[in-house]
Amino acid sequence: MALSTEDVRHIATLARIDLADDEVERMREQLSGILEHFETLAAIDTEGVAPTAQTFDLTNVEREDASREPAGRDDVLRNAPRKDGPYFRVRAVLD
Amino acid sequence: MTEPAFPPIDLEVPAHEHAKRLRAGDYTARALAEATLARAHAQEPALHAYIAFTDHEALAQADEADARLASGDAGPLTGIPIAIKDLISTRGVPTTAGSRMLDGFTPIIDATVTARLRTAGAVLVGKANLDEFAMGSSTEHSAFGPTRNPWDLERVPGGSSGGSAATVAARGVPLALGTDTGGSIRQPAALCGILGLKPTYGRVSRFGVVAFASSLEQVGPFGLDAEDVGNLLGAIAGLDECDSTTAPMPVPDYAAGLERGLEGLRVGVPDALFAQGLEPGVAAAVEEAIVVIEANGATVTRGVELPTASAALPVYYLIAPSEASANLARYDGVKYGFSDLDGPSSVEEMSRTRGRGFGDEVKRRIMLGTYALSAGYYDAYYRKAQQVRTLIRGEFETAFGQYDLILTPTTPGVAFRLGEKTDDPLAMYLNDLFTIPANIAGIPAISMPCGFSEGLPVGLQLMARPFEEETLLRAAHGYAAVTDWHLRRPPPADQAGERP
Repeated sequence: MALSTEDVRHIATLARIDLADDEVERMREQLSGILEHFETLAAIDTEGVAPTAQTFDLTNVEREDASREPAGRDDVLRNAPRKDGPYFRVRAVLD
Repeated sequence: MTEPAFPPIDLEVPAHEHAKRLRAGDYTARALAEATLARAHAQEPALHAYIAFTDHEALAQADEADARLASGDAGPLTGIPIAIKDLISTRGVPTTAGSRMLDGFTPIIDATVTARLRTAGAVLVGKANLDEFAMGSSTEHSAFGPTRNPWDLERVPGGSSGGSAATVAARGVPLALGTDTGGSIRQPAALCGILGLKPTYGRVSRFGVVAFASSLEQVGPFGLDAEDVGNLLGAIAGLDECDSTTAPMPVPDYAAGLERGLEGLRVGVPDALFAQGLEPGVAAAVEEAIVVIEANGATVTRGVELPTASAALPVYYLIAPSEASANLARYDGVKYGFSDLDGPSSVEEMSRTRGRGFGDEVKRRIMLGTYALSAGYYDAYYRKAQQVRTLIRGEFETAFGQYDLILTPTTPGVAFRLGEKTDDPLAMYLNDLFTIPANIAGIPAISMPCGFSEGLPVGLQLMARPFEEETLLRAAHGYAAVTDWHLRRPPPADQAGERP
């Protein structure tokens, strides 16, 4: 399956990755090649086969609902690129 | 110049031998840590196996280990130097994932495996180099520059855990931890001529490990023999309430059953799975290994059918990037790491942060995963891949009804040259052809040295039923008892004149 430049720009927007023009073209070629290789899957009959999301069939793992000391807020904020007192600082999301 | 008070420490021996000598008082954990650090530092200009050394922490941990050794409270890893892949969180020590995206990030927690190594008394000498976010098969995708293969410095060590494999192979450190999502422990172990084991999915906690593909990856050991690999696995394995995918089964003493060796094991060889693209020298080494295995008590059956397993590669390169695109959504420039604060809006800042912070391969995989999960393509790609995953898993289950082990080469070829495959992502992905099925099926697998081709190491892969790591280890031990491939070592990387 060959992707168009528009396809690549659309995927980049969904993935929130800013790509330069030459990156878009390189990505288009490479992703198209990889997707072509994936077409072999279409030939495999999977009618009525349930999907596997994980291989170890554990479900509903529970533990006692006991409170614990959380990670320290100051420790967490120490790694933040931009902060304001006890908060992460971000740009306005709405105009 | 004064004579050293003690004879120099032999750094060529496996960890269990160091443990014995530490207990006997032949040398201290501090002396071992100093000697190990000196060698690893001296090799670094040639190999670049590390992103950071942790000398200060190592010496403090060594002193603690000496206190435990003196009080008789020492286990097999107490005082043993170890390298940790820099995808695994170390409290207070920066963890980069091989990416610019984590610039300035210092974990506020230890990964569970790190905490367990501390409890065991191991001595952390450094954070090993890797492909960015563990995405790659050569360690060339590290934002900190490539690691080189100690057997030939113009060649790659494999990846993504290339730093871990290279430093153990060069005897820079006796043990290392890696992670394996599609072969990232076994492939570099093969290319560097050492042992590497990917545990059963759920055997080892992933808590505190930078997430790439959550349904596929496991942390696992590198070492020079089966006993070392087993001891390290035993130290990190087991239930962890911080990772709800860990298995509640008890952790066996992996070193205990090694002497059973190959006797009575039924080995199946899926010849059709590795028929295509196999280098002749690799094929010859594997054929020879099969003869040895059969001559030493195992039954070998050729032509085992795993027809859908050959589709594991496209299944992997749909599932892993899809999971990655979700896992790596957390890198938004807000909470930690690299941030481009110059965008005109919040969304622009995020896109620019990700566009500049991620390397090419990571962007490629996020894009691939985003596409596979996007509206209109989900059924054709992601769901289809998960259905084929069910079929592959079923084929292995059937095969393991008849065989205790499935044997293949670890890789189609020996270590390739730096730069040889960086411009062709698909050629790079084909390196993982034989290792990926074990991740898809969630089963344990080991790679061990089985010969040489073109002067470079060849790896033999064995896969076993879920939670039967013991079978892999006894087979590896039995094979090593009658061969000496695991004892071959590369030329010293710290003496430029002695390279071939």
